[in-house]
Parts: sequence; structure tokens; C-alpha cells
Amino acid sequence: MNVNLLFFASFKEQLDCGRLDFELTEGTTVAGLCEQLATKGGNWQSLFSAASQSVKVSVNQEMADMQTPLQANDEVAFFPPVTGG
Amino acid sequence: MQILPEQEIYISDKPFNLTSLNHAIQTNEGESGAAVIFTGAVRVSVEESGLTGMTLEHYPGMTEKQLADIIDEARERWHLTRILVAHRVGYLEPGDPIVFVGVCGLHRAEAFIGAQFIMDYLKQKATFWKKEHYGESTHWVDAKSSDAQAAERWA
Repeated sequence: MNVNLLFFASFKEQLDCGRLDFELTEGTTVAGLCEQLATKGGNWQSLFSAASQSVKVSVNQEMADMQTPLQANDEVAFFPPVTGG
Repeated sequence: MQILPEQEIYISDKPFNLTSLNHAIQTNEGESGAAVIFTGAVRVSVEESGLTGMTLEHYPGMTEKQLADIIDEARERWHLTRILVAHRVGYLEPGDPIVFVGVCGLHRAEAFIGAQFIMDYLKQKATFWKKEHYGESTHWVDAKSSDAQAAERWA
């Protein structure tokens, strides 16, 4: 299945990537997606291999966590803690 | 930025028209006894000396949803008669307004507390990110634990 990945703020700059179509097997969770992104190496590895409190994730524009299961055509966004206002 | 009667959320890459926002929030047919207006601006303090500007990025779509959720939650907690939230994105210079929150209530206590709640939740939940510019060099602002604590007290 295909999911649409979005990256914002410092993550977009570190990864030099704001948007990515990504192929996953059915039933993958956010944690599984992070594992696969980490295998891309470089900054992908450092950001996603130990995805911590400083990595926020949303699925279809709702806040999510590592256990959230993914479905085809989900919009999954990764970003650092917010700093607006 | 045009202010529409039914629209409560404005995200704009153009400077605010504070006069229009103030006028919209103060429009009152007798339903409100109090209006509280907060604006946050780009600051150059001792820690930020040399700051030349700031870029605000956001997550289009999600930001609007989150702000709508925050406004709904404020209305569930207090009787608020009018709410307006505006937030800048794009490049801003020192002194430029970043955020405008206007809240009206029957009484001042509701208006004050509603405005504070909306600002605390906006800072903790809404998908905006600040990047500071110091001449040619830039750096992304880190989230503050004091902002997290400010939001937690409403839980």
C-alpha cells in the first residue's frame, strides 16, 4: 500500500525532503514506518532510528503515536515540537 | 486579509491589519460584556540580540483543524460570545505581530481566561514552527518546557 509522507520545519531541512510517496506492507504501524525510513541512512537514520519525544507524528492531520496503524493513502507527517504563537 | 463575519481563524502570509481585527472582535450587539485582545510579536531581547527576522512555517490543513478544536474546547469550558484567532506565516521582522487572539464573554473573567487558554493551547498544539534569522545564519527555535507546563495546567 502507498502512504503520503510529509516533513516539516527542521526535519524538512535535515532530510532535504518535504514530501515522499512511500510503499508499505499492509498493517504497518508508525513504528514500522520509522524503522524503514531509518534504513535510508544519513540524517534519516539519525532522526528515525531512535524516534523519541522530539519526533512528533500525525496521521491524516490528527496527532498519532508509534502504535498507530497505517492504511493505504494515509497522510503521515513528521515534525519537531511546535513553536508557534 | 479580509475579516468575514462567520470566520474565526485566519492564517496569513501578509501583515495583519490590526485595525480590522480589533474592529471585528469589538463588534458587539450587546451580547458581550467584555473583550480581551492578546497580540504576540517578534521580540529582540538580550538572548536574541542580533535577530534580524523570523520565518514562520505551518502545516496547512492541520493547523486550521487544531485551532478549530482549541476554539471548540474553549467554548465548552466557558460561555464565550466571540472568538477570533489570527496567526502569521512567512517572513516577519522585529516588532511584527505574530499572533492575535481576541475573545469576548459575558463578563471579564471568562474573556481573560478564554484568551489565556487559547494562547496556551495554541503554543503547545498548533503546528507552527519558528526559524530565527541572524543576518545570513538561521536556526530553528526549540520548544520550551515552560510552554508545555502552561498547557498542562488546563488538563
